[in-house]
Amino acid sequence: MQSSGRFRNQLLATASIALLLAIWQVLAFALHSPTLPTPGLVAITFWRATLSGELPYHLGVTLLRLLGSFSLAMLLGCAIGVVLGKNKTLDAFFDNWLVIFLNIPALVTIILCYVWFGLVESAAILAVVINKLPNVIVTIREGARSLDKDLLEMAQSYRFSKRKTFLYVIWPQLHPFVMAATRSGLALIWKIILVVELLGRSNGMGYQLHIFFQLFDVASLLAYSFAFVAVIQIIEVGLLKPLDRKTQRWRR
Amino acid sequence: MSDIRIHISNKTYVLAHDTAQFHHAIAELDFIVHPHQFVCLVGPSGCGKTTLLNMIAGLDQHYQGRIDMGQADKNPSIGYVFQNPRLLPWLSVRQNIEVVFDRTPPANLIDSLLDSMQLREAQHQYPERLSLGMQRRVAIIRAFAINPDILLMDEPFVSLDAPTARQVRSLLYSLWLQRPHTVLFVTHDLREAIALADRVIFLSPSPMQVLSDITVPIARDQRHEESRIEIFREHLLQNHPEIKGLL
Repeated sequence: MQSSGRFRNQLLATASIALLLAIWQVLAFALHSPTLPTPGLVAITFWRATLSGELPYHLGVTLLRLLGSFSLAMLLGCAIGVVLGKNKTLDAFFDNWLVIFLNIPALVTIILCYVWFGLVESAAILAVVINKLPNVIVTIREGARSLDKDLLEMAQSYRFSKRKTFLYVIWPQLHPFVMAATRSGLALIWKIILVVELLGRSNGMGYQLHIFFQLFDVASLLAYSFAFVAVIQIIEVGLLKPLDRKTQRWRR
Repeated sequence: MSDIRIHISNKTYVLAHDTAQFHHAIAELDFIVHPHQFVCLVGPSGCGKTTLLNMIAGLDQHYQGRIDMGQADKNPSIGYVFQNPRLLPWLSVRQNIEVVFDRTPPANLIDSLLDSMQLREAQHQYPERLSLGMQRRVAIIRAFAINPDILLMDEPFVSLDAPTARQVRSLLYSLWLQRPHTVLFVTHDLREAIALADRVIFLSPSPMQVLSDITVPIARDQRHEESRIEIFREHLLQNHPEIKGLL
């Protein structure tokens, strides 16, 4: 029963993608405009860009920036989030800062970072981190606030060390919040990175998209976008979902 | 291990954060527990029994008075069976027991404890998949496993049906006979207290004080005879009218 249900879902997913491609094909055929190339042309463009090494290079550069800024934002965000979640005074003090940083438009931070630090790699990474950090802090702070006091008391009465309390009592409770921050973080960061690259770098996906825009090369624009979406999907299916399954297997 | 001397002169707590209303939980509470004694604490709901256990466990340090464990150089180890089992849901039954050790415990120790509570088959299960009775047994093993100087048990059989409670109680009792720790056991059930304890301390409604301190004269090998326990219970109720209102 379960496997037939799974098969049915896969069939539905394939059919919906096929329908989307069909609509696209019909529209492109009907409009016959260079601004809406057919799926086939996009696929050929993708293949050529991959073989020439151009797409893998720019994709790789962007992914490296993503990895760097994402790791920094998550590490700092988790640490600050836990501290604010556990310390009411600090939380009350810094709450306004968080609200301000949450509401500064991404574009403003990016421009300010480039103006203050120049068009350099570190300014680009810093701009992304500043944009993402408040989101991580707010999510993790919620997690730290909702820690189970009963379990913390249990750990205290059995004289758990700080390290053991963190590993066995606190971290498993924070895990769903970290995963939520990871998912929303990936989605947010890669959108910001493209803007950062567009405005101040000479390589990466954002830079390339900018050039395609100037040349009105919609086929390349779409081919690069799909490559990026595919990579994010691979991270989700190949890394995040298995991690979720492994760490959440104790749930009923 | 020497005597545990408990002297709490005052314990209050604020009822709500935005008001200045205080609840006077404990006033002039004094008693001594001797090593390897099984002491039951009996008192009405809300009289402060759990608060007292938390104070002994070091979880609550906001009180006036002294709890002297007799060991100035080191803190005595404490096994605490809470009212709800408080198992870590992401660890298996076996891991929940192993996690309270500083170093990896000998496998045969865990095996024998699991056997004593009839839990060997469930050792790799996660707590949420177990019945409440099984979870309580895991919590009891966890407390016994570290071979603590003091064992605190806060109504560990509450909300279990009568046959399950009886079964877990007899398992606990035989485990204690093998490893006779100093036990402070909170209960509402006078029959349970008589069946288990060397001494029963009756506590007043808050502010909590000792009302009566009674030694149970029934020999250990006769504790399984329900008629003896019932006779002693009747005797207690007749001769100590002050405890009637507590039960």
